[in-house]
Amino acid sequence: MEKGGFSPVGLRVLVVDDDPTWLKILEKMLKKCSYEVTTCGLAREALRLLRERKDGYDIVISDVNMPDMDGFKLLEHVGLELDLPVIMMSVDGETSRVMKGVQHGACDYLLKPIRMKELKIIWQHVLRKKLQEVRDIEGCGYEGGADWITRYDEAHFLGGGEDVSFCKKRKDFDFDKKLLLQDESDPSSSSSKKARVVWSFELHQKFVNAVNQIGCDHKAGPKKILDLMNVPWLTRENVASHLQKYRLYLSRLEKEKELKCYSGGVKSIDSSTKDAELNSGHQSPGKSSFVFSEGIFQKATETDPKPLASASLSDPNTDVIMPPKTKKTRIGFDPPISSSAFDSLLSWNDVPEVLESKPVLYENSFLQQQPLPSQSSYVTNSAPALMEEEMKPPYETPVGGSGVTADEFLMPQDKIPTVTIQDLDPSALSSMKLQEFSSNVTNNTEAILRSLNCELPESNHSASLDTDLDLSWLQGERFLANTGLQFQDYSSSPSFLSELPPHLWYGNERLPDPDEYSFMVDQGLFIS
Amino acid sequence: MNTIVVGQLQRQFQDYIVSLYQQGYLDNQFTELRKLQDEGSPDFVAEVVSLFFDDCAKHFYEFYYRIRERPDHVDFKQVDSGVHQLKGSSSSVGARRVKNVCIAFKECCDVQNREGCLRCLQQVDYEYKMLKTKLQDLFNLEQQILQAGGTIPQVSMN
Repeated sequence: MEKGGFSPVGLRVLVVDDDPTWLKILEKMLKKCSYEVTTCGLAREALRLLRERKDGYDIVISDVNMPDMDGFKLLEHVGLELDLPVIMMSVDGETSRVMKGVQHGACDYLLKPIRMKELKIIWQHVLRKKLQEVRDIEGCGYEGGADWITRYDEAHFLGGGEDVSFCKKRKDFDFDKKLLLQDESDPSSSSSKKARVVWSFELHQKFVNAVNQIGCDHKAGPKKILDLMNVPWLTRENVASHLQKYRLYLSRLEKEKELKCYSGGVKSIDSSTKDAELNSGHQSPGKSSFVFSEGIFQKATETDPKPLASASLSDPNTDVIMPPKTKKTRIGFDPPISSSAFDSLLSWNDVPEVLESKPVLYENSFLQQQPLPSQSSYVTNSAPALMEEEMKPPYETPVGGSGVTADEFLMPQDKIPTVTIQDLDPSALSSMKLQEFSSNVTNNTEAILRSLNCELPESNHSASLDTDLDLSWLQGERFLANTGLQFQDYSSSPSFLSELPPHLWYGNERLPDPDEYSFMVDQGLFIS
Repeated sequence: MNTIVVGQLQRQFQDYIVSLYQQGYLDNQFTELRKLQDEGSPDFVAEVVSLFFDDCAKHFYEFYYRIRERPDHVDFKQVDSGVHQLKGSSSSVGARRVKNVCIAFKECCDVQNREGCLRCLQQVDYEYKMLKTKLQDLFNLEQQILQAGGTIPQVSMN
């Protein structure tokens, strides 16, 4: 228990589950955590309870499968109307379901049977949300003082004297945190209960459409985006902060794409055999290197996609290995990339897309399904090598100025390539986690990045850009967290392919189940 | 209190519950459930388990109706949904065998295999009733221990 300040004791939890057995068990477990528990067997009933007492609960835990209403719908309602943290639960841990939960704004997804230790820490979601609101206000320069504090001045969360120190802490937040942890809010509202902007799928899609509409040539600024979005209640500030995150997201995609292309490029240089270790990506081929993070934006301007397509396209790149449902571990290395190696890299377009297959688990349909023009020719070139059983249609990515789609932004990891795998060892897997990202990122991403970078909503970027990029790894999950998705603290300890918790970590996939492995072995694809 | 009798009963209890784990009737969740039982709720496990068996019976009749009574119009989707629920509640008490049948059952639903579903239905029936009997025996042993003045041993399955 914390000494002073936030206390999890008495946290008011609403549990929603149509299974009476689970309801009873969860009630008991939560009571053992010293929480105040209310149980409910129906989603509609739960909504009624929540609406009746708007400030009556701190967190909602709901099963995904409810008879009267889809758990995800409930999740949406709660998130939008009440802005409470919601934890989803299910006996089904299938990735697509988990992703759906994340997409709809769940701050966590627990697999049944649920353990006590998982329930013991749910208060962190509540605290995190509160803290974000504080930073929120701080970031928007809201100096209102007293009235926002009163929102938190509840016996549950803040002791008497904490308000003052809480105030002081605001000023100490360093800029980067503000940038990334800042949640959208409406700064013009000075009422103590501000409405929060929840960047739902639809809203984000509008945002992305607006960005893409502006295109790469013009400056994509928040004002312009806002105008195009045509959402009356949205403010420029909301868009601006969202834009920041979007830029960071894109730059991270760029980084990963570069890493991926680098590996492909190294292969072409080495002309190694099929089972060339991807670890070769780790070792510099003895050439000069530059700091990767800085390189991204430089490269973004230098790289001209089309002409880069080299003759070495066909063969070695078919060896580029894409692990199936790779865990989204952080890239622990910054492989030194020599400029010459970089030049011989394939064009952005060609390498990622064809080698990746259509994601199998992704359920949403708003992927922009416009295949790149260069793709088809590539396919014919390398068709023989790639035509193994599990070959699915080339990955369809947006073309033209469309850049990255809304869903990719919010759920960049849902593209799970199930492409052919060749000799792959675990450490190689970790270095090759990028495929999912890179497939989404076309050369247009750079252009978009450029246009987005031109107009800096807050004056603070250029200096911190590099640090942002470096931080973006660490704060990747926070970044998603600010779109309403929050995770437990697993994210702070990335593990390279070791057993990740089942919770989705920034869209992470668990390693395939053993039966999946054997399936792939049978298909002659995966040699582990 | 006859310590010898209590000791014997406790050993009997211990052996019995261990055998249930070993034979796959129960899994770790049952252990967790037992941990939740305390002075405030001394019959917690029995109550939960009872809820579970009621659930099983309910689902069984539902499946029976959907699969057997209307052989030409089996709504596999509905059955699948029911199986999912049953899987969920079996996981709540640690009813491992029942849960495993649910997994197989689900697969039959996925491929719309009516024969397979029928077999699974029978299996579900068998397993939950079997477990019910076993747990009843276990609770009886508990009662005997308590009546003899002893305490129920906490069994760790590590």
